[in-house]
Amino acid sequence: MIANYGYEDGAGQYFISIDTDLCVVCEKKPCVEVCEHGVYSIEEDDWDDEVVVVVESKKLSLSDLCAACKHEKKEACLAACPAGALVHSW
Amino acid sequence: MLTVDKKEYWRWEESRWLSADMDNPRDGLITAGVDVGSTSTQAVVTVDGEIYCYANVRTGNNSPDSARNAMDYALGQTDLTLDDIRFCVGTGYGRVNVPFADKAVTEITCHAKGANYMYGPTARTLLDMGGQDCKAILCNETGKVLSFAMNEKCAAGTGRGMEVIADLLGVHVEDIGDMSLSVSEEPQGLNNTCVVYAKSEAIAKMRLGWTREMVLAAYCQAMAERVVRLINRNGVIPDFAITGGIAKNKGVVRRIERLLGVEALKTNWDTQIAGALGAALVAKRTYERKGKK
Repeated sequence: MIANYGYEDGAGQYFISIDTDLCVVCEKKPCVEVCEHGVYSIEEDDWDDEVVVVVESKKLSLSDLCAACKHEKKEACLAACPAGALVHSW
Repeated sequence: MLTVDKKEYWRWEESRWLSADMDNPRDGLITAGVDVGSTSTQAVVTVDGEIYCYANVRTGNNSPDSARNAMDYALGQTDLTLDDIRFCVGTGYGRVNVPFADKAVTEITCHAKGANYMYGPTARTLLDMGGQDCKAILCNETGKVLSFAMNEKCAAGTGRGMEVIADLLGVHVEDIGDMSLSVSEEPQGLNNTCVVYAKSEAIAKMRLGWTREMVLAAYCQAMAERVVRLINRNGVIPDFAITGGIAKNKGVVRRIERLLGVEALKTNWDTQIAGALGAALVAKRTYERKGKK
């Protein structure tokens, strides 16, 4: 499943897409640790698989939280994901 | 007298339904789903995976009460009680607050399952237009979710936005669709779908001499453009179907169809029960696999 977390507002579309089929087989899920703002966490989904999700309370402020990484074009989470399961829309 | 009685144009009818075909529901596996949404709450009871009864009510200020209220209203037309329900799943934004639920499941999973039942296995691209959010879902022919996107940042493109415009223009929310389609020439969509800004834009248009029909057409168009952008995040696989309260608004549905170039599937079921129906079907599957926790 491709889960899109985020929103669209007047400034643009800010979505993080997680391919849970790729994510579920990754054991260490390093993206969770490397994000300074704690955007990601590991949760059990509706099929009892452990996958990475975007934390509920962070979902609606992605453009602010990710601004520093985006500015330097060094998104730690994208670099850390070994499975290529993460995509940012902006 | 200060003012005349103010009518509430946004108010939609609460409803319930009972199957006429099932005589002995206790002979089958009774499961239930409750979808506590921001604006409306539904309870659906299924017997062996077929709909037995349901209720659709407005959400109050407290999720547990809304859930109980919907379930009591649905069961009130039967001789079943809560104890007859073998497994109950809660869904929707208030899903963790359903006191009698055995499990909480996300509304994405439930909507896909519910739409799969209502529209059949050909429905692959789903749009759920709720009271305060909007979800675009791609699923396979069994109703399993392949991808989803959700917009919950603001009330643009949601039922609540429609209610606000209904109240502003003094048009019953059920009549908006037909009225918006009665314009001889389609006006350009409003620039703003943000409920607050759209309201001021609508007032400005009326000052310029626009009729209520034209303002409604422009608002429905703006809403359609907004949700089509969300649908396009996932892409479109035919067939296409819409659930939620706005599926009952022809004005928005017709304009979404025009923008996407596909026709939406039709159903005789109440489109607002999709989430709760899916929850009842997930409840059946969970009970058959694992029994009661």
